[in-house]
Amino acid sequence: MDIKAALNQFSFDHRDDSTLVVRLSGAWRLGGEPSSAFLADCERQLSAQIRVVAFKASELISWDSSVIVFVVQLSGLCYRHGIHMDRGGLPPGVRRLLALAEAVPEKKGARKEAAKATFLEHVGHTAIGAGDSLGEMLKFLGEMAVTFFRLVRLRVRFRAVDLFLLVQQCGAQALPIVTLISFLVGVILAFVGAVQLKQFGAQIYVADLVGIAIVHEMGAMMTGIIMAGRTGAAFAAQIGTMKVTQEIDAFTTMGFSPLEFLVLPRVIALIFMMPLLCLYSDFVGVLGGATVAVEMLDLSWTTYVRETIHAISLTDLFGGVFKSSVYGVLIALSGCLRGIQCGNSSSAVGDAATSAVVTGIVAIVGACGVFAVVFYVLGI
Amino acid sequence: MLGGLTNGNQQPAITVNHLTMAYGSFVLMRDLNFMINHGDIFIIMGGSGSGKSTLLRNLIGLNEPAGGEIFYGDQNFTKAGLAKRQEVLTGVGVLFQSGALWSSMTLMENVGLPLEEYTDLNPDQIREIASLKLALVGLKGFEDYYPSEISGGMQKRAGLARAMALDPEIFFFDEPSAGLDPISSRLLDDLILDLRDSLGATVVVVTHELASIFTIGNNSIFLDAETRTMIAGGDPKDLLAHSKNPTVHRFLTRGEGERL
Ligand SMILES: Nc1ncnc2c1ncn2[C@@H]1O[C@H](COP(=O)(O)OP(=O)(O)OP(=O)(O)O)[C@@H](O)[C@H]1O
Ligand SMILES: [Mg+2]
Repeated sequence: MDIKAALNQFSFDHRDDSTLVVRLSGAWRLGGEPSSAFLADCERQLSAQIRVVAFKASELISWDSSVIVFVVQLSGLCYRHGIHMDRGGLPPGVRRLLALAEAVPEKKGARKEAAKATFLEHVGHTAIGAGDSLGEMLKFLGEMAVTFFRLVRLRVRFRAVDLFLLVQQCGAQALPIVTLISFLVGVILAFVGAVQLKQFGAQIYVADLVGIAIVHEMGAMMTGIIMAGRTGAAFAAQIGTMKVTQEIDAFTTMGFSPLEFLVLPRVIALIFMMPLLCLYSDFVGVLGGATVAVEMLDLSWTTYVRETIHAISLTDLFGGVFKSSVYGVLIALSGCLRGIQCGNSSSAVGDAATSAVVTGIVAIVGACGVFAVVFYVLGI
Repeated sequence: MLGGLTNGNQQPAITVNHLTMAYGSFVLMRDLNFMINHGDIFIIMGGSGSGKSTLLRNLIGLNEPAGGEIFYGDQNFTKAGLAKRQEVLTGVGVLFQSGALWSSMTLMENVGLPLEEYTDLNPDQIREIASLKLALVGLKGFEDYYPSEISGGMQKRAGLARAMALDPEIFFFDEPSAGLDPISSRLLDDLILDLRDSLGATVVVVTHELASIFTIGNNSIFLDAETRTMIAGGDPKDLLAHSKNPTVHRFLTRGEGERL
């Protein structure tokens, strides 16, 4: 006999006009046909005369929760049709489990309201939510400002060990990815420039193009985006997890400000590491450009380096490094903000990390735009 | 901060007036009124999900009451500013339901951090005191373990050691014996009694363990999720003997003698 055919079998018997007997047979498994399909069959059998639904389970070989679910659904159906259900024919184990499931009444007010929001309601909720989150952000920034003020007066407390670990985490350990991305960005810029400039025989200006683009803008920008994805997300996840495990609560009740203890070292670490990473990224980016120029355009290393030094000024270099430091603050703050706002579950930690990266990148690009205007006005 | 019982004031350690607790618009408990006296071992009872942990969070200021007031001595905690609250909380030790050990620090550092912060002890003395506290909860020799390297019950006990670090006057323990074997949980009861008897501490305990409720508790309240308020209060032994309320009676007798 086909095993599949023996799964979740049932048929109907009419004992008399007013009683419908549901005969369960074979092996009932959760993997078998879902009981919702049977329910339609049952409903079709419920004619006007039927007053009682009973069960016969003598041919039932084995059963699991699938039977319980089926009976519970069927009893709902009977209730709606005003039909009595006689559970006497069910195996005793099934009856006991059913009794247990129905023993504790549903807690009033516990069920979440699943009211479907209209479009306008949705818009309203979103707007209010956005307002709330803006308020939270401002509060966080205000508290951070106070914390910084205390830092200046050397009144803050955090563990030096934490700071060292963080410096290592967002400094040295970020070098490989920064190397890779910066080098490739240098290479790409050089390629794009080379093709165009070759037409005018102005290959040498590839060095200017790559140098200025990298040192002025791309070095800081690329490290910023890398660190937002790498470290900003990590900050949010670390702090979010501490929120879930009540470690933050423990800090608060013991009088340690989480902002001082957790956020401040992270901000400090990034403020100091970002400029270093940015300088490194500038160097590797120019190296990438040089590689292309030497290989493709037959320029010599010395010419390329001399042209690069000629093209970029110290102001460009410091401008870029300064920007990267600001990006560092933005990344650390957005990471920590999302971590602190994190909900109480592991999925909330994931959301916090995602949102930290998004906030971080938006903040960096926004700041980049502001810098462009300010630098232009100042003539830098 | 030793002493306690000897300070002789008759004022309750904690007074709660008409406290209402809510999460957003979901009101969990309303109109809670009780007093916790100095030297009490005060048990918070109630079914799972009735709001015991939430009550603790309200009492230590992690959640804001939706209504009503909480007094520590004659200090209105609910209306107090941040600095005042912090001052009150330095005399309080908390064990969270999940232990909440700082995962990036060893047990020694966990217990030592509050000492480092609030005392002028030198590192050697801090190490010594932290070792002692860990030994008190049966974790001698685990000083340099990280929380992730020890079991759940051990984390609970380490959390207890951390709560005891500064010898606070008031302890809040959220299910301290959950996850402990019967012997350890007996030892824990003894420890709680010792904290009260030798240090004069006041201990507020959330627990379901009937044996410890009757052994250590001398005062209690019972939170009922159905009516959303407290339905009994007083010495648990009296409640067992005299309470007419069927819910309380069933809780204290594990519903034995009836078919659930
Ligand atoms: N952060 C939260 N947001 C919304 N509702 C919550 C939150 N935390 C708890 N609740 C609700 O509050 C109720 C009480 O939770 P609480 O943790 O205080 O229960 P408890 O009495 O400590 O239970 P247990 O004995 O299981 O620890 C629960 O029913 C839960 O639905
Ligand atoms: Mg709880």
